[in-house]
Amino acid sequence: MSRALKNRLRATALWFATFLLMIVISVPGLWVVLSGFRPNREILAKPPVWIPEKLTLNNFAKIFGFGQDQVAIPVLEYFRNSLVIATTSTLIALIIGMAGGYAFARFRFRFKNTWFLGLMLFRTVPGIALSLPVFMLWSRLGIIDTKLGLIIVYVSLNVPFTIWLIDGFFRQIPGSLSEAAQVDGCTRWQAFWRIEFPLARSGIAAAGVFAFLTSWNEFALASQLTRSTDSKTLPVGLMDFTAQFTIDWAGMSAMAFIIIVPALILTFIVQKHLIAGLTFGGVKG
Amino acid sequence: MAGIKLENVTKAYGKLEVVHGIDLEIAHNEFVVLVGPSGCGKSTTLRMIAGLEEITGGVVRIGDRVVNELPPRKRNISMVFQNYALYPHMNVRDNLGFGLKIAGHTAAVIEERVAEAADILGLSELLDRIPAELSGGQRQRVAMGRAIVRHPDAFLFDEPLSNLDAKLRVQMRAEIKKLHAKVATTVVYVTHDQVEAMTLADRIVVMKDGYIEQIGTPMDVFNHPVSTFVASFIGSPPMNLIPATISDGTVRFTDGTALPVPNRLKDLVREGQEVVFGIRADDITPIGHGIHEARETTEIELEVDLAELLGSETLIYSRLAGQEVQCKMFDPRDLTPGERLTFRLSLDKAHIFDAASLQSVRAH
Ligand SMILES: Nc1ncnc2c1ncn2[C@@H]1O[C@H](COP(=O)(O)OP(=O)(O)O)[C@@H](O)[C@H]1O
Ligand SMILES: [Mg+2]
Repeated sequence: MSRALKNRLRATALWFATFLLMIVISVPGLWVVLSGFRPNREILAKPPVWIPEKLTLNNFAKIFGFGQDQVAIPVLEYFRNSLVIATTSTLIALIIGMAGGYAFARFRFRFKNTWFLGLMLFRTVPGIALSLPVFMLWSRLGIIDTKLGLIIVYVSLNVPFTIWLIDGFFRQIPGSLSEAAQVDGCTRWQAFWRIEFPLARSGIAAAGVFAFLTSWNEFALASQLTRSTDSKTLPVGLMDFTAQFTIDWAGMSAMAFIIIVPALILTFIVQKHLIAGLTFGGVKG
Repeated sequence: MAGIKLENVTKAYGKLEVVHGIDLEIAHNEFVVLVGPSGCGKSTTLRMIAGLEEITGGVVRIGDRVVNELPPRKRNISMVFQNYALYPHMNVRDNLGFGLKIAGHTAAVIEERVAEAADILGLSELLDRIPAELSGGQRQRVAMGRAIVRHPDAFLFDEPLSNLDAKLRVQMRAEIKKLHAKVATTVVYVTHDQVEAMTLADRIVVMKDGYIEQIGTPMDVFNHPVSTFVASFIGSPPMNLIPATISDGTVRFTDGTALPVPNRLKDLVREGQEVVFGIRADDITPIGHGIHEARETTEIELEVDLAELLGSETLIYSRLAGQEVQCKMFDPRDLTPGERLTFRLSLDKAHIFDAASLQSVRAH
C-alpha cells in the first residue's frame, strides 16, 4: 500500500469516527427537537418511528394556549422569569467578576492567595448540597419563591468562575498598557475602559455566556426554591408536564426546544469571543 | 522649558527601602542616562518621575512645579516602556493619536501632529497596521512616536532597546540620538547597558543598590571613576582591579611585584595603605603596540595565557599576582600561549582605590 493511500485511509477513518461520535452526542438533542414537532402518539410509538411522517406546530400552539386542546402551563411567564433571573444574575456576576478579576490580576493585597483558593474551593461544593441550608435561610428571609432569591443563588454560584476566568485575561494584559494610557492623559478609570476592558472583552464575554447558561439551565436549586409562576424558571416548568400517571412528552419537548434555542443563539453570537476566550489567545502581540 | 529636579527622593515598599535619598538635577533639554545593574532602582526612580510610583520621601520637580502629588496625566511627560506597551487593538495612527484624543484635540490637529511624528520616525507607510503586524524595530519607533506627538516637557525611557537584537539595538540607539537632536527635549533614559549609556548620554548617573554612585559626563565617568564599582561597570572590558599595598612609595602586589605610585596620586596615598590598583586593558600594551603617547609609563613582564584576535586589536589574557588581567595589543601580531612579553603600563591612566571603602583615593 502506498504511503499516500495509507494517509488517505487514515484520514477517512478518523473523519468517520468523529462523525459517529458526533451522531451519538447529538441524537438525544435532535430527538428532543424533533419530538417538539411531532404528536405524542408518534413519540410513544413502538417500534420507534425514527423519521417523522409529518411535522406539526401543534405542540407549540398547545403550550402557548392556542388551538383546541390547551395545556394550562404559563410558558410565557416562565420564559420571562428565566430571562430576568439569568440576565440579572449574569450581569451582577460579571460586574463582580470584573472587579474581582482585575483586583486579583493587578493588585497586591494580604491573603490574596488564600482568598483565591477559597473562591475556587467554593466551586467544588455541589450546589445541591447547599439546597437545604439555603432553603431554610431563604424562608427566614422571606425570599423563597422570589426571583431575587434565585438571583442571589446564581450570582454566588457564578462569581468564583467569572473571577477566575476574567483574572486570567487581565493577567495576560501587561500592566504597562494601563500605565502608558495614564501617561498619555487618562485617569485610571479611563485607562481601564479604553484599553484594558476592550482587550479582556473575549474573556468577559466567555465568562458571561457561561454564567448565563448556568443560570438558564439550572434545575436542582430552582426546583427547591421556587413554587409559583412568579418565580419558576423554564427548566422547573418542564416538570409541569408530568401529571400523576401521564407525561406529555410532546409538550415537554416543545418547551425544551424553547429552552435550547436562546442558549444556542447566544452561543452562536459570541462564538468568536468564546473560542478566543477558551483558547486564551486574546491579546497576543 | 523644563528641567527635572530630585531632592532627597526615597522609595520604600512597605518597610523595604529601595531608593535611598537621591539628589539629581537635570537641565532643560539635557539627555541624562541612569545606568546600573539590574535591581539597583533605576526603573523605580524613573517611575517616580513619571508618577507611576508613589514617592515615599523627598521632592520631585518638573519645570518649576512640585509634582509629588500629581497623577501621570498632569505631569506633561511621556514614556517609552521596555515592552513598548503599544495598544494592541488600535492601529498605528490611533496609537500615536491616543494621547491627543484624550486631551480633546480636534481631528485636524490630531491628524497633523500624527503625520508630523510619523514623518520624523519614518512611520508614514505603517499608519494603518496594528502592532501585531509590525517588526520589533517598527514597534519601537511607534512607541517613540507616541512619546513625541504630545510635545511633552520630558521623555522618559525605560530600557527601550533591551527587547531588540544586537544589530537593531545599535541602529535604534543612533535613531534615538538623532531624534533628540531633532526634537530637543529633556530626556531621562534608563538602561543597564553601559555602552548605551556612554553613547547616548550628555550626563551619566551610575546607580548601585538604590544610591547614586557617580554623576558625570561619559568622559568623566570613564576616565575618573569614583569607585571600583564604577570602574568595573563602565567600559568594556572592565577595568583590571588588583589588590595591593602601598610600600616604600610603590604599589606592591601580593607576589612582590612593585609598580611606582603614579605621580598625581603620590600625595593621596599613605605608607602601608591597603589599596586596589586599577588599570584598563587599553593602558597595558606590549611595547610597540600601544595607542597613545603615554607621559608616565613603567614596564612590566607578563605571560600570555590566551589571545583573542578582535580585528584591529588583540585582547590578551594574562595574570598578575594571581589575578587575571586583560591587556590590549594594537596593530597585533600572532601570539602563542606561554609567550612572555614586556608591556608598557600607562601610569597616568592608572587608578588607586582604597581597599576598605573601595572609593578612589582622588575622591574627597
Ligand atoms: N512592587 C515592588 N514591591 C517590592 N519591591 C519592588 C517592587 N518593585 C521593585 N522592587 C524592588 O526594588 C528594587 C529596584 O527595582 P527596579 O527599580 O525595578 O530596578 P532596576 O530597574 O534598576 O532593575 C529591586 O530590588 C526590586 O526587587
Ligand atoms: Mg528596570
